[in-house]
Order: sequence, then C-alpha cells, then structure tokens
Amino acid sequence: MVSAPRDLAAVPLPVKILVSGGFGVGKTTFVCAVSEIEPLTTEAMLTTASIGVDDTEYLPDKTTTTVAMDFGRMTLPTGLVLYLFGTPGQGRFWFMWDDLSYGAVGAVVLADTRRLADSFPAIDYFEDRDVPFLVAVNCFDGRASHTATSVRDALTLSIAVPVVLCDARDPAAVKSTLVQLVEHAIKLSDAAENLSVPLRR
Amino acid sequence: MAPWRGRPHGFVVRPYILTGGRTEPSHRELALETLVSATTSGIEAIRMLEHEEAAIVRLCETYQSVAEIAAHVGIPLGVARVLVSDLASAGHVRLHRPPTTSERPDGQLLRRVLHGLRSA
Ligand SMILES: Nc1nc2c(ncn2[C@@H]2O[C@H](COP(=O)(O)OP(=O)(O)OP(=O)(O)O)[C@@H](O)[C@H]2O)c(=O)[nH]1
Ligand SMILES: [Mg+2]
Repeated sequence: MVSAPRDLAAVPLPVKILVSGGFGVGKTTFVCAVSEIEPLTTEAMLTTASIGVDDTEYLPDKTTTTVAMDFGRMTLPTGLVLYLFGTPGQGRFWFMWDDLSYGAVGAVVLADTRRLADSFPAIDYFEDRDVPFLVAVNCFDGRASHTATSVRDALTLSIAVPVVLCDARDPAAVKSTLVQLVEHAIKLSDAAENLSVPLRR
Repeated sequence: MAPWRGRPHGFVVRPYILTGGRTEPSHRELALETLVSATTSGIEAIRMLEHEEAAIVRLCETYQSVAEIAAHVGIPLGVARVLVSDLASAGHVRLHRPPTTSERPDGQLLRRVLHGLRSA
C-alpha cells in the first residue's frame, strides 16, 4: 500500500532550545511565558545504564526512577516550530542533557542571584560540550539586585558568554532572552565557519 | 508478537514490557523534537493497531513532536521513541526533521530561527 504524503508542505522544521538551572529557578515559568500550548510534562527513565555506578547506590529501585521534564512550543512564522525543553539542572540528569543537547540551537541557563552556585553544573556542562548558552538572571523581586557584571564575575564566565537580566514571568523578557541566545549562537557558528574555510581549501 | 501486544491497558505496565524489551533508538536517530505525521496507510490501519500505536497515529493526524506524543498518550519518552520508530518502519507515520550533518544547526537555519523569533 502506497501512502500519499499528508500536508507534507505544511509541516514545519523543528528546532529546540534547552532551559536549565537549579531547582525552583523559574524554568517552568520561563517556558510557560512564551509557549502556545499549556506546557506539557513527560517522563524519562533513569536507568542503571544511564548513570554512574555510585549514583545507583542511592536509588531505591535501580531501574524505575523517572525524571519529569517539561516543554513548550512556539510556532515561528519562518516555517519552524521551536520547542523549549525545561531540564533539571543537576549533574545526575546529564544522561538527558546528552540526548537533548544534540542538534539544539543552544541553552538558557537560568540563575537566581541568591543561589548562584546552583547554576554551576549546567554552565560546566554546556561549556564542556560547546553548546552555545547564555546566563539569564531571573529577577525574582522584579528588579535587578545584581548587575550582569557582578554575576559574570561570580560565575567566572568568559566575556564571550552573554549574561542577561530576565523576568521569567514576562513573555517579552523571555522572547528577548531567546533572541539574544540565537544571536550568540549565530556569532559562534559564523566564527567556526570562518575558521574552517581555509582548512577546506 | 511481542509479549505486551494485545494487553488492554498496556500503558500501565512497566515500560520495558511495553516495548518488548527493545532498546530505545538513540537521540540521533529519533530526537524528541522530531515531528511525526500520520500517513494515509497509518490511518487506514488504526483499527488493526494496538492501543498505544493507534493512539499515536490518531494524534498524528495533526503533526506532533515525539515529546508531545509521549505527554499526550501518557507514556515515558523512551517508550514513545520505540513505538514511533516502529510505526515509521511500518510506513504508518512519517518523520520530519531538519537535515543535520553536525551536532549544531547551521548558520542558515539559525538565521531562520532568529527572524522567526523577532517577528513572532
Ligand atoms: N517573583 C518572581 N517569581 C518567580 C519568577 N520566576 C518564577 N517565579 C516563581 O518561582 C517559583 C518556581 O518557579 P518554577 O518556574 O516552577 O521553577 P522551576 O525551575 O521550574 O522549578 P523546578 O521544576 O521545581 O526545579 C514559582 O512559584 C514561580 O511562580 C520571577 O521572575 N519572579
Ligand atoms: Mg519546573
């Protein structure tokens, strides 16, 4: 039986951005602010094969731990659909990040100035894997209690990594954060291309 | 036939039974953002498919990502991946994703994302 394409032309190309950071830093709120669907939650299995041997000793049942991940969707007028994946920012969830970061445009690392250290695992991860990322300081009190510079210093971020102030509840602020991430990713991609051109000749 | 097939409430059993112990396709083979749409033959086959597979095909009459399929059908991501890749092999659904030759989207695709976000 030959199946005819159904609305093939109407199907957009999917792209994705990861949203990470410590517990309660505003990941779900960030995704909600711009998602056209009610953010959905889904589960991934944490299996012994996926995590370090040491970690499994703390798990009550070695095969059934699940991790919730929530995500939202934005249909873009340029024939794309952008998925935002909110992922827990602890190192033991790296097995999920390996999956998620493949093919990603980049990542937003949310940081709370009261608990900056919580964003270290995510920052280290994205730095190590060369995933374009920026740090978005979620201003819980509605105003910036820290400057971007003081956050950059506290996190010992390279000058190349953008640090932006954001209110995760505000769609315009979230959209602007995403725009800055994509601009950053384009800069890195162009730089990599310029480097590789002479090598190919 | 895999042992889980034909169970009336398949999705309440443990996921590795649901997938018949088959291993999950890697992310490179089937990303969570990959869009899935039902084919005509898939829609014609709905009545013959098992519960979750039928639910997936029905859902994908409007394209859905693998992540959305997992959330809507109420199955873990790993299970959704196995079932979707089976359905694709059988020709019941079609997969849509950007042609990736590297780990990162290329500059052209990134610019489309940027323009899209700015005018969204
Ligand atoms: N005042 C203020 N509250 C916020 C802001 N962002 C998030 N919150 C609140 O902070 C709490 C945690 O936000 P979530 O979005 O659930 O954080 P999360 O990172 O998804 O949390 P987990 O998934 O549990 O790790 C919620 O009660 C939010 O309403 C913000 O910018 N300002
Ligand atoms: Mg959350």
